[in-house]
Amino acid sequence: MGPDVGTAPRAAASPGADSRSALRRLAGTRETSVIGALVVAVLAASLLVEGFASGRNAGFLILDIATIALIALPMTLIVITGEIDLSVASTLGLTSAVMGQLWVMGLPLETIVPLCVLLGVVLGAVNGLLVTVAGLPSLAVTIGTMAMYRGLAYVVLGDRAVADFPFEWTGGATARIPGTDLPWVVLLIAVLGGVFGVVLHATPVGRSLFAIGSNDEATRFSGISVAWTKLWLFVASGAVAGLAGVFWTLQYGSARADNAFGLELSVVAAVLLGGVSIFGGKGALPGVLAGVLLLGVIRNALSLADVSSDVLSIVTGVLLVVSVVLPTTITRLRERRPRAAPS
Amino acid sequence: MMRKRIRYGVTAAALAGVMLAATACGGTTRGDDSGDGSGGGAQGEADPNAEIPEGLAISFLPKQLNNPYMTYANSGGQEAVEELAGEFKEVGPSEANASSQVSYINTLSQQGSDAIVIAANDPDAVCGALNQARQAGSVVVSYDSDTNPDCRDVFINQATAEDIARIQVEMVAEQIGGEGEIAFLSATPNATNQNTWLELMEEELAKEEYADIEVVDTVYGNDDDQKSFNEMQALLQSHPDLAGVVAPTTVGLAAAARYLSGSDFKGEVVLTGLGTPNQMQEYVADGTVEEFALWDPKDMGYLAGYAAASLSAGRITGAEGETFEAGRLGDYEIGANGEVVLGPPTVFNADNIDDYDF
Repeated sequence: MGPDVGTAPRAAASPGADSRSALRRLAGTRETSVIGALVVAVLAASLLVEGFASGRNAGFLILDIATIALIALPMTLIVITGEIDLSVASTLGLTSAVMGQLWVMGLPLETIVPLCVLLGVVLGAVNGLLVTVAGLPSLAVTIGTMAMYRGLAYVVLGDRAVADFPFEWTGGATARIPGTDLPWVVLLIAVLGGVFGVVLHATPVGRSLFAIGSNDEATRFSGISVAWTKLWLFVASGAVAGLAGVFWTLQYGSARADNAFGLELSVVAAVLLGGVSIFGGKGALPGVLAGVLLLGVIRNALSLADVSSDVLSIVTGVLLVVSVVLPTTITRLRERRPRAAPS
Repeated sequence: MMRKRIRYGVTAAALAGVMLAATACGGTTRGDDSGDGSGGGAQGEADPNAEIPEGLAISFLPKQLNNPYMTYANSGGQEAVEELAGEFKEVGPSEANASSQVSYINTLSQQGSDAIVIAANDPDAVCGALNQARQAGSVVVSYDSDTNPDCRDVFINQATAEDIARIQVEMVAEQIGGEGEIAFLSATPNATNQNTWLELMEEELAKEEYADIEVVDTVYGNDDDQKSFNEMQALLQSHPDLAGVVAPTTVGLAAAARYLSGSDFKGEVVLTGLGTPNQMQEYVADGTVEEFALWDPKDMGYLAGYAAASLSAGRITGAEGETFEAGRLGDYEIGANGEVVLGPPTVFNADNIDDYDF
């Protein structure tokens, strides 16, 4: 998976080194290796696992990872700035609970849905203000709000489940785009992915995110409002988590306070697997989407092959440890190299 | 500076706009529900003489894997499927989560499983996936915990709530000699099944034959071992004349027995309720508890296996009044709403407790 770091000095000595090392740099980026791994996984699963290569299964797979994909988009930007948002799954749970409660109270869904997204905005803003104004580390803040939002969800809905949503809505959430096997949510992911991708990779805002993640002191001195930027990121994260709460509730046709319990870990896992550095400053959105898909493909293929769920979580865990350990090790090796070179 | 802020603001507003646009639609409120899908079960004609083909793929999807109760239940399912020369499979999530079962249902549906036998963690969250699986040709049997009746063909009910209530009242009345104060140690105040049983037990106790029995308290252990233990302790201290305690929850019963066995009330206060033989074995052996009850989960799984095969073969369709044969358990009839009741709960005591392992 990783680039062959050790051979780089020798390559530099040979003719045509420039183009070759550029090629190597491309091959060596984390995004390309994740995308490569995804291609390999899809090919292997298609060949080896019966039932994997079908449109119907692709539809199942996408519905399975849709929520993770949605929430991973703003999470990518947040992690690139060196922060994290662990409250996303609780935000989802709270919006789901509120959605159920408002529905029981008789509000129309057309009003409930924007209100739920707005609630996500507010919850995200709370995180953002605690991080920026109060200057607290996002890890601590969002661990706190993770518990708090989940607690509020239970206050709103308790152990109850609200499930009498109309079929046009619940069925619509899992319905396929006519003529294809892909669910409609693919479009939502594509649109939001496009927006976040453009912001991250093609705007000054995006460049400032990388700068903040690499060195937030220096970025501040260069005139970029680090606090303002981070505040908006947490708001976006909350909004998407709220939207995901709506989608989740309709997808499963059941509003519950415990919805998506523990999902924040899958999201962070996908983001790291997608090549974003947990220390900030490095990463790309296509890599993250490939990471989300890779996790989905592995889960789907292994369960089609009747591998038990325990083995499945071990496999995912190992993948993650590798994807976090590998880049760190490579960086260490790179740092050591110049000193070793003269001898 | 100001300009930068505006730029961030515009970006955020654009994001929000996209999201709203993506979710907006017509105009729907609660109440104008225009009927959803097909009513449960009963499609087509049943042919009671249809052969059960060999090699039926019958898949069990418990609430979670590695849960001893579910494992034992599924051993009955395996027994039934093997008797019918089918292919038994057990898959499921490692955590009992409302939505985690859905991807397993999708996998089974993709694999072309002939029958899915499911204990649902959430009656509605699994519905969409189950109905897709049915459209793809599976039959669906729920056992232990039902799904919404719209998305399964048959539900194997462990026992009727009336039977469960009646047997617990019988056990406690007999053991306290027909008179005295009793109390309930339940799970959570809002657990639907617990509350139904409590209500029915009160109804049963209102009968003349139980006129000398008085319910003095109901406490809740939240299905937490330590909380139940403490509640049992408090119960015995606040009611010095208490003759018996009924705990209609396996966690509560075991915790209460643990307290009772180490206290001065052992042998003085009667304890009974719903429990599993493995949890209660030592308390029956040391005389803390004389008798308690529960359904036999293995028989439940066995019956579910036969129901699944009979459905798949077309012997039954899930309509009320149809009957099917279930191996060593004999014949069963489908009741209202596609429900099949396993039978009255099994009473466990020193004589038979060693015959069970769950």
